[in-house]
Amino acid sequence: MALLQIAEPGRSAAPHQHRLAAGIDLGTTNSLIATVRSGRPETLPDGEGRHLLPSVVRYAEEGLVVGHAAKAAAAEDPLNTLASAKRLIGRGIEEVRGLGTRLPYEFVRTDTAVPRIRTRAGDISPVEVSAEILRALAQRAEVALGGDLTGVVITVPAYFDEPQRQATKDAARLAGLKVLRLLNEPTAAAVAYGLDREADGIHAVFDLGGGTFDISILRLRRGVFEVLATGGDSALGGDDMDLLLAEWIMFQAGIGDEADHHILRGLMRDACDAKERLTDQDRAPLRIALPDGRHWAGVIDRNTFDDLIDPLISRAIAACRRALRDAGLKVEEVKDVVMVGGATRVPRVRARVEHFFGMTPLVDLDPDRVVALGAALQADVLAGNKPDSDMLLLDVIPLSLGLETMGGLVERIVPRNTPIPVARAQEFTTFKDGQTAMALHILQGERDLVAHCRSLARFELRGFPPMVAGAARIRVTFEVDADGLLNVSAVEQTSGVQARVEVKPSHGLTDGEIESMLRESLTHSSEDMEARRLREQRVEAQRTVEALRAALSKDGDALLSAEERRRIDQALAELELRLAGEDEASLKAAMENLDRTCGFYVERRMNRSIQSAMAGHKVEEFQS
Amino acid sequence: MLDFHQNHFRLFGLPEQFALDLDDLSERYLRLRQTVHPDLYATAGEREKRFSLQASTQVNEAYQTLKDPLARARYLLTLLTGGQGDGQETTKDMAFLLEQMELREALAAAREAPDPFAGVARVRNRLSDQSRQLIGQLAASLEPASDLDQAATRELIRKLQFVRKCEEEADALEAELDEVF
Repeated sequence: MALLQIAEPGRSAAPHQHRLAAGIDLGTTNSLIATVRSGRPETLPDGEGRHLLPSVVRYAEEGLVVGHAAKAAAAEDPLNTLASAKRLIGRGIEEVRGLGTRLPYEFVRTDTAVPRIRTRAGDISPVEVSAEILRALAQRAEVALGGDLTGVVITVPAYFDEPQRQATKDAARLAGLKVLRLLNEPTAAAVAYGLDREADGIHAVFDLGGGTFDISILRLRRGVFEVLATGGDSALGGDDMDLLLAEWIMFQAGIGDEADHHILRGLMRDACDAKERLTDQDRAPLRIALPDGRHWAGVIDRNTFDDLIDPLISRAIAACRRALRDAGLKVEEVKDVVMVGGATRVPRVRARVEHFFGMTPLVDLDPDRVVALGAALQADVLAGNKPDSDMLLLDVIPLSLGLETMGGLVERIVPRNTPIPVARAQEFTTFKDGQTAMALHILQGERDLVAHCRSLARFELRGFPPMVAGAARIRVTFEVDADGLLNVSAVEQTSGVQARVEVKPSHGLTDGEIESMLRESLTHSSEDMEARRLREQRVEAQRTVEALRAALSKDGDALLSAEERRRIDQALAELELRLAGEDEASLKAAMENLDRTCGFYVERRMNRSIQSAMAGHKVEEFQS
Repeated sequence: MLDFHQNHFRLFGLPEQFALDLDDLSERYLRLRQTVHPDLYATAGEREKRFSLQASTQVNEAYQTLKDPLARARYLLTLLTGGQGDGQETTKDMAFLLEQMELREALAAAREAPDPFAGVARVRNRLSDQSRQLIGQLAASLEPASDLDQAATRELIRKLQFVRKCEEEADALEAELDEVF
């Protein structure tokens, strides 16, 4: 059946101008950057032809080292070499301890609750470590592409909670990158696969990375990727296999828990090597350095390893079952299963996924690269380089959001797997006579008790008039944007008293902290803060001018009266004048003025496109 | 006033009635999302970004409401009656309540049974029969809108809510069993 085509109002970038955009897979173990060149996504290698950048940062005597060289020095300089920052990002220090992972670092307790690690370069937060990795990747891309990146899409595990997403965005800000979108890793993988295959139907993406596990169930229809359900475990991955194997080795070799950082780091590396060897061999020899300088020699066979890791895989399979149930689907309805993440190379993982889904999983794209490739495709679309693309991603929130009510219970406001963006409101009332304030505690998780959920933020609504218990009507609204980030506001309806929080959780960095880190990093660079702001403002203004001109030439005559057109043209001319100048403040004012002047026009365009979308639908019905 | 602030049915270009075709609804949903998705406005001005976010939120909310029979019935009733409730929290149909209690007990018993999944499945089958029946009755009682029996409709909605709660408990139990096995 023929569908009427409707031009998208936002896709108005000037066609000749290609914007440099990239997709970044910020992984626990390795990271990658990819971009679209000549219509195809490709990962970008470093100067030595290596695509994977180990997600390791070393604060060495002679300065900062990121990637391979840092990883190589991990065993000799464990305290100053930070790996797996993704496991720590957006988590509180208590939680990090609770992960049960042996992390060979010296944690410092700080007043901001963000865990910091003591290194010779000072106390470093996981956000800063991630920022260094992002910076290294962005530099690689800028060298390869010969220009500044307009923006990036950064992938996060679908199962990342609010603070973990926020912290990832903070890391990008710290690295000086504009984030076009945070994209869920399984969705990115589906994009990379889907565009190659054009296969409409239900797809499952099984993504087992170094430190995180995601399962997403998607429906693909004519270029639209609709996530039906997602699930997983943000502390389950190949690292955990290494750890179990390392513990097995410690037991076999008689190494005690008191062994020092060097021994532990070395053990983790040996365990990882053995795991990789067992991918295509039945046995792996082990030669382990002991604390007394001697060596222990042994062997691990595939069966022993499989038995060790089976409980981990069972957790992943249970999450698959739950995601299917959430999607309202039976396992037979899944058309194919895509494997993503380095840990899906483990044969036992493949075998059990195959058994559960009853089909051979797809592994034709490199499981290490597929996420970055998908992110690059999305970045290309978001940057406006593909005005004719009909690719669209519809994603969901991975975990329920709610509020604490009396008795330490959680009232769920937005259930998990709700499509984003979403806004939900619910009314609450007072508990005592004469109550004039209310404490709101925002939580994330699936359990009924506050103690079992993740605390995101607390805020208070104060100063509404005293009333008898149950008379006040406090309307609390949760809004989740397209990146999966949350805002909460509360209004007492009878008096109109209101309060609002952007959920910058207790485990994140404050804006002030980020600002001062940025300032610090800039004192070492040639560009100062003001110059940077002016440059960013100019890019933004340039983009606005282009978009508006394209819109006006398309439908300005149809939608605007002569007087309206004159006012817009005037504001536009004013902005262009400021664009030529050097003053950031007046440029900003001109932007805001144009924004105000055009508000009604933007509304009209959007309304018209909604109407024509539905009108197109009716025409199609007549045809069928 | 923006067009996307109109009621959910009109936003989707549908008549204000309970009966609808879910496939058609989902096609309309895709089309609307394709029109207002924030990704299309990633390089646009702040105002356009804001509008597209609002519009997408509205489209999502409308879709979630319309595709679920319980939410759709509630919403339609509110539209038809201007939002007045009758203040009654729960159904007084004793036979219905007794059966609900029995189903809950059957769920609790399933947990201890040798094959718990089979027990849950039996309860589920009964629940989905009830649910189907109630939705059929709702469709009849909400149409035509001119001849609406408010009291009967509210009673059906309350019962459907009961069934839904029990289905959620079955979900939770199954999830719990998954963790064990």
